[in-house]
Amino acid sequence: MKLKKIIETCGFHCIKINNLGVSFGEQVVLKDVNLHIHCGSLNAIIGKNGAGKSTLVRAILKDVPTKGNIEYRDTKNGKMKDLKIGYVPQSINIEKNTPLSVYDLIASFAYHYPVFLPKNKRIYEEIKTHLETFEAADLIDKQVCNLSGGQLQRVLLSMAIMDKPKLLLLDEPVSGIDKNGMELFYKTISYLKSHYDLAIILISHDLEYVKQYADHVVLLDQTVLKQGTVKEVFESPEFASVFATETVDKWIKEG
Amino acid sequence: MINWTSWLDYGFMRNALLAILIITPLFALLGTMIVNKKMAYFSDALGHSALTGIAVGVVFGMQDTTISMVIFAIAFAMLLNKISSRNTASTDTIISVFSSCSVAIGLAILSAGGNFSKYSAILVGDILSITTQEIWYLVAIFVSTILFWILGFNYLNAISIHRTVAKSKQIPVKLMDNLFAVLVALIVMLSIKWVGILIINALLILPAASARNISANMREYHLFSLIFSVFSGVVGLVVSYYTNVATGPMIVIIASVIYFATYLYGRRK
Repeated sequence: MKLKKIIETCGFHCIKINNLGVSFGEQVVLKDVNLHIHCGSLNAIIGKNGAGKSTLVRAILKDVPTKGNIEYRDTKNGKMKDLKIGYVPQSINIEKNTPLSVYDLIASFAYHYPVFLPKNKRIYEEIKTHLETFEAADLIDKQVCNLSGGQLQRVLLSMAIMDKPKLLLLDEPVSGIDKNGMELFYKTISYLKSHYDLAIILISHDLEYVKQYADHVVLLDQTVLKQGTVKEVFESPEFASVFATETVDKWIKEG
Repeated sequence: MINWTSWLDYGFMRNALLAILIITPLFALLGTMIVNKKMAYFSDALGHSALTGIAVGVVFGMQDTTISMVIFAIAFAMLLNKISSRNTASTDTIISVFSSCSVAIGLAILSAGGNFSKYSAILVGDILSITTQEIWYLVAIFVSTILFWILGFNYLNAISIHRTVAKSKQIPVKLMDNLFAVLVALIVMLSIKWVGILIINALLILPAASARNISANMREYHLFSLIFSVFSGVVGLVVSYYTNVATGPMIVIIASVIYFATYLYGRRK
């Protein structure tokens, strides 16, 4: 993978999530979530289905009403800034035959020049350069609905980091990507981590990859049950109890 | 021997042609986004709400029911938007319920005293009755729609692809949703007299749906939608003149034929 712009992580930025809570009516989905995220680190959020992982993503993006706050701090001089977030969803709403090319997709999100007018040369070249970062430049004129899961993920990644976010929020793809694709996905994000000045939060469903790549693991179930290094979390009694019951659930369902 | 330009000798035919040349491109543009956002039900319900809008105007003793129609439709559109953003039950069911309810109320009021025949023209529409002043209204809304489309289409498109990603890129999701709903409401209400409640949705959906069958990107999508829409409009008008059939239905028949043709062509590809 040839990443062009190489910006070393500065180690001075951090993102603090304080007492974050989300409720839908009477139902409490998240409460008292406290996270401290350093730039240049890959933070994996794990937990069983319904633990509030995707709600956490929406809360960080301010897509749902929340309690608590999110701070973005420069520890060098203590100044707060606006936090720019790049977000990569699990999938997007594109069905078969949608008349949308990769150029249309990215230009719609990132530029004002209307995509229904003849292609703008400058924008086209800019998008191409961004796609090159992920070896996806040749996809620019492809129809989005014809991309493979891995290709789409690369396009969405380049779109997410285009405006140099300080936090990259990723929902790990669950379908349409084979084992090689997953390997590539994780390699790409660990490369991003060390070569861009950003922190990464990854919602993950695959404990094997988390074990291999994450710097910090957060076990979530309504609130943070346990967080720390891979070793600390994976060997904790909380981890055992959450994932033990999940295997039983699975066993009951399949039995 | 038929004289192929004789229809232009009549002032009402020239007005009708002008109106069609304004309405069909508008419908082609809006249709692309209505189909993208899967709002076919929404625009259909909106069309039907015209009856209620007229009824409200009649109840309040208004001279010009267009105003009550527009106001009611905008309120109705915002309400539908609000309900469908809270995805509590399936949206199409809720929209159907609201739509049938408002149609029923409209029909009940308008048919009181056996007077409904006075309003039945609005069901099929009559493009031949359009006046020069009414054409100017259409020109005004045409210009504003084009401006809105140039400034807002990327946002609308981004939102239809993924709301949360759009939000993360600082796109005003709710505002754009509401503006679009209001615009659709306005255009549907201002053209419903000429096009008719029963077929307005077909005119909105068919050109875009046909274009979608054969397009690979947004430029082709818009271009084909425009061509199909204007073509069915103009040809429909001319054919209806020579065959003495109502114009609206004739336009829809032609648009449907185009749809089936592009469907077959798209599948072969």
